[in-house]
Amino acid sequence: MKHALRNTVAVLALAASTYGLAQQGPIQIIGLVELSGTGATAGTNFDNGVKLAVKEINASGGILGRKIEYQSWDTQTAPQTAKALAQKAVDQGAYVVMGPVFSGSIIVSMAETRRAEIPNFTGGEAANITEQGNPYIFRTSFTQATAMPKVARYLKDQVKARSVAVMWVNNDFGKGGRDAITKALNAEGIKVAADISTDPGQVDFSGPVLKAKQSNADALFVYTNEEESARALRELKKQGYDKPIVGETTLTGQKVIELAGDAANGAVAHVGLTVDAPQPQIKAFDEKFQKAYNYKSDHNGMKGYSGMYVVKAVTEKVGKVDPKAFAKAMHGATILVKDQPGVLLDVHFDDKGDLDRESFLVKVVNGKQVVTTTLPPLNPIK
Amino acid sequence: MSAKGGGMNKPQRIALLVGLAAYAILPLFLKSYGIYLMTLLCVYLMAVFGLNLIVGYAGQMSIGQAAFYGIGAYHAAILLKLGWPFFAVLPIAAVACFAIGLALGFPALRVQHHYLAFATLGFNVLVYLVMRNEEALTGGTFGIPNIPRPSLLGYSLDGALPFFYFAYASVIVLALVLWWILRSPWGRAFAALRDNPIRAESTGVNITAYTLLAFAIGAACAGVGGVYLATLVNFIEPGQFHLSVSLMMLLAVIVGGSGRFFGPVVGAVIVILLPEWLRFLQDWYLAIFGFAVIVMMVFLPGGLLSIADRFKTSGGAK
Amino acid sequence: MGDFLQLVISGTATGAIYALAALGFTLLWQASNTINFAQGEFVMLPAFVMLFFINTAGLPLWVAFLLTCVVAMLLLGYTFKRAIVDPLIRHGVIPLVIATLGLSIGVKQLVKAGVTAQAMPFPNPFPDGLLALGDFKVSYADVGTLILAGLIVIGLQMFLNRTVTGRAMQAVAQNTDAAKVLGINVRRMVLYTFLINAVLAAVAALLVTPTYLAKFDMGESIGLKAFYAAIIGGFNQTRGALLGGVLVGVLENLTGAYVSSAYKEGVALLLFLIVIIVRPEGLLGKVEERKV
Repeated sequence: MKHALRNTVAVLALAASTYGLAQQGPIQIIGLVELSGTGATAGTNFDNGVKLAVKEINASGGILGRKIEYQSWDTQTAPQTAKALAQKAVDQGAYVVMGPVFSGSIIVSMAETRRAEIPNFTGGEAANITEQGNPYIFRTSFTQATAMPKVARYLKDQVKARSVAVMWVNNDFGKGGRDAITKALNAEGIKVAADISTDPGQVDFSGPVLKAKQSNADALFVYTNEEESARALRELKKQGYDKPIVGETTLTGQKVIELAGDAANGAVAHVGLTVDAPQPQIKAFDEKFQKAYNYKSDHNGMKGYSGMYVVKAVTEKVGKVDPKAFAKAMHGATILVKDQPGVLLDVHFDDKGDLDRESFLVKVVNGKQVVTTTLPPLNPIK
Repeated sequence: MSAKGGGMNKPQRIALLVGLAAYAILPLFLKSYGIYLMTLLCVYLMAVFGLNLIVGYAGQMSIGQAAFYGIGAYHAAILLKLGWPFFAVLPIAAVACFAIGLALGFPALRVQHHYLAFATLGFNVLVYLVMRNEEALTGGTFGIPNIPRPSLLGYSLDGALPFFYFAYASVIVLALVLWWILRSPWGRAFAALRDNPIRAESTGVNITAYTLLAFAIGAACAGVGGVYLATLVNFIEPGQFHLSVSLMMLLAVIVGGSGRFFGPVVGAVIVILLPEWLRFLQDWYLAIFGFAVIVMMVFLPGGLLSIADRFKTSGGAK
Repeated sequence: MGDFLQLVISGTATGAIYALAALGFTLLWQASNTINFAQGEFVMLPAFVMLFFINTAGLPLWVAFLLTCVVAMLLLGYTFKRAIVDPLIRHGVIPLVIATLGLSIGVKQLVKAGVTAQAMPFPNPFPDGLLALGDFKVSYADVGTLILAGLIVIGLQMFLNRTVTGRAMQAVAQNTDAAKVLGINVRRMVLYTFLINAVLAAVAALLVTPTYLAKFDMGESIGLKAFYAAIIGGFNQTRGALLGGVLVGVLENLTGAYVSSAYKEGVALLLFLIVIIVRPEGLLGKVEERKV
C-alpha cells in the first residue's frame, strides 16, 4: 500500500515534470517549403518571411517566454515529398507547421498534420483547401472564393468588360481559380470568351496568347504561377496584345516584375498582400525584409511573416503551447494590427480556416506595384 | 564464380542473413518517417531489380522504367479505389506491364541495339503526358489521392510497421524469383547474350526473343513496385514517374554494379537513403552524385560492387 | 491566315534554336560516337555564365556573349573532351552515355546549389516589338533568331564543305581509319568538333534564354527537344538536325494552337517514336551498318 502510494506519487511527479518540460524549452515550428521546382519563388519567399518573423519574435523574448526553433525543409514542389516531410514534422513533435505554399502540395500533406492534430498554416489559395472539413488548416491569404468576386466586380465596373478570356494553369491552384472566376464572371453577367489552359512550368506561351487574341475578348484574366506569369506577360508584349491584362497576386508579384521586365507594365491585379501598400506597418516590413535579404519581398514573404505573428498572437491568447487548444482558438479569432503589428493587416479567421482582410488593387507602373484602390474586408473587423 | 549468377560462399551467406535481419529489426527503433523511408527503399528496389535484369543481364539500355512503375501505380490506384482486392490488382498490374513491355520492345528491338534506349525514353515521356492530361482517367496533374491500403488475412496494413514488413517480405520474394530465373537455363542464356550477342546468335539462341522476355519481365517488376508505391504513399501523381526518375533508376543500377545481383540494393540506398542522411548537404549532394558518377565511369565502370572483385583471389571473368 | 503564318514563323525560329543544339549533338556523334545527354546543360551553363558577366561584371550583352563562347569552348569543348570523352570512349558507348547523364545531373545541381533554384531574367538580344510585313506581324526576336541561326548554319556548312579543315572533319566523321591513313590529325579534328558544339550551345543559350528565363533546369526540355530533332532528322547527317529542329518547332506551335495545348510536347515525341520505329536512320539519314 505504502509502495503503491509512493509509486503513484513518483509517477505523477514524473508526469508533471515531463509536462512542465514540454512547457519549457524552445517551441518547435517546422516549415515545409518549396525551395526548388516550379514553386521555388513562392516557397523561398514564404520561408524568408517566416524566418524574419521568428528572428524578431525571439529577439523580443519569444512566445510566452519561450524561443522558437524553426527549421525548414525543401518539398521540391512535389506533393509526395511534402506528405512525407509532414510525417517527419509530426515525428519531431512540431507545435505548428508552416507551409507548403503550393495548393497542390498542401492538399496532400495536410492529411498528415490533420491526423496528428497539429495546426498547419498554408500560403495556398485554392478554394478546396478549406472545403475538406479540416479543423487544423489555416490560410495566410484569401481563398479564391473570396478574391474572385472582387476581381469580377472590378472587371465589370472599372474595365467595363463584357467578355473576358481566362488563361489559367492546370494545377490545383489554377483550376480552383478558374472555377471561381468563371462563377464570379457569370454572376456579373460577363461572358467567358475563351478558357485557355496552360501547364505548370510551361515555357512557350505563343499558342495561349494567340488564343487570347483570337477570342476578341475585352480583357484577359491571367491566373498562373510566378514564373509562368512572367513568360506569359513577355509573350503578350511580344505579340502586341493591347487589351487590359488583369490578374491576381501571382500576376504582379515582385519576382514576376523582375522576370518580365517592361512587359509587366500596365498589368492590373487584385492582391491580398503587397509590400507597396500604404500602411506604415507594411512599409516597415518592406524595409526590414530588404535589409535582411537584399531584395524586395513578394506577397509570399508577407504570408509567411504575418502567419508567424498569427501563431504568436493566438498562442498568447490561449496562454499555453497546446496545438489542439490553438486550433480551437483560431476559429473565430480576430487579431488587430494595433495589438500585433506583425500581422500587417487586421484579420479575422472563420471556422473553416479562411481569413478576411482588406485587399488592394494594384497596377504595375514603371516596374513597381502601385496601389490604386484599397478594398474593404467582407465583414468589418473589430 | 563471382557473386553474380552462381552460388555464394558461406561468409557471404552469413553476411546476407545478418543484413536482412538487421533491416528487419531497424524499423522498430524508428518513427513513422524513418519507417516510410525504409519501406520506400523496398518498393523502389522492386523496380530497380527489374531494371538490372534488363540493363545488367540482358545488356540493353532502358530509360523508361519509371513509366512501368507508373503504369503499375495507376492500375493500383484506379482499381483499388473501385474496391478490387489487392491480390487481384497485383497480378493484373504485373501482366499489364509485361504485355506493354513486349509490345514496346518488339518493334524497337527489331531495329538496332541502342534504339531500345530511345524507344523507352520516348515511351516514358508519352506515358507521362497521358498521365498528366487524361484527367478523367488518371486525375491529371492532381493525381489520385486516398488510395486504400490492403489488409492481409483480415489484418489491416494501414500502420507504418505492418506495411513495412509486408513490402519487405514482398521484395525478398521478388528477389528470390529473379534469382531463380537467373539460375535457370533461361538465365544462363541471358548471360550469354550480354557477353557476346553475335556468338550467342551463332549457337542458335534467338537473341531478340530472350531480350524481349528480359525486358518484359523487368517491366513487370517495375509494375509490381508501382502497386506497392501507390499503397505506400496513398497518393500518386504524374511527377513521380517523370523521365528523370527513369534516369535515376538507371544510374542506381549502374552505380551499384550493373549485372551484379545486389547492385540494385547499393544503388537504391544511394538514391533513396543517402540523400536523407546527408540532408545537410542538400542540393550539393546531387551535384556530388552527378560528378561521382563520371569519376566512377572512368575508374570503376563496373559499379561500386566491383570493388569487391579487387579483393577476391579468384578474380573470375567479368 | 495571318495567325497561321505567324505560328509557322515563330515555330521556325524556335525550331532554329533546337536545330543549333541538335546540330552540335549530331556533330559529336558523328565525330566521336558521343551521345551527349548533357547537351541541354551545355545550353544552360552558358546562359548563367553570360548572366554572370552581365550582372556581376557589368559587361554589355554582346561582350558577355563573346567571352562566354571562349569559356564554353574551354569547359564544354576542351575539358569535356579530355576529361570525360577521351578516357571513356574506348569502353564503348554506354559508359560514356552514363557519364554524360552524371554530368547533366552534376552541372544542374551545381548551378542550383551554387547560384539559385529560382528563375532569373535574361536580356533580349533583339529589340522588343513587332515588324509589320504586309498583312501580318512578326516579332523582331523571331526575325533576329532566324537570321542569326541561319547565318551560323550556313557559315558552318561552308566551313565544313569549302575549307580544308572542314573537309578533314567530315572525313573523320565518315571513316576515321581512312582519315588517319590519309594523314589527317584525327584528334585535332575531333577537338574542333567539340569546340564547335560548345559555341553552338552558347548561341542557342543567347537566343532561347530571354523567353525560357535562366533556370538551372532549363536544359531538360531543350536537351530533350534537341535529341528528338537530331533523331528525327537523321543522327548521322548534319542537314537532318536542321530539318528535325524546324519540324519540331513548327509542329509544336501548330499543335499547341490548333489541336491541344496539353499534348503540345507530344507531337515532337510522336514524330520521334514513329521515326525510330519506321525509319530509324532519320528522315534524311543514311542507314548505319551494324558493326560486328
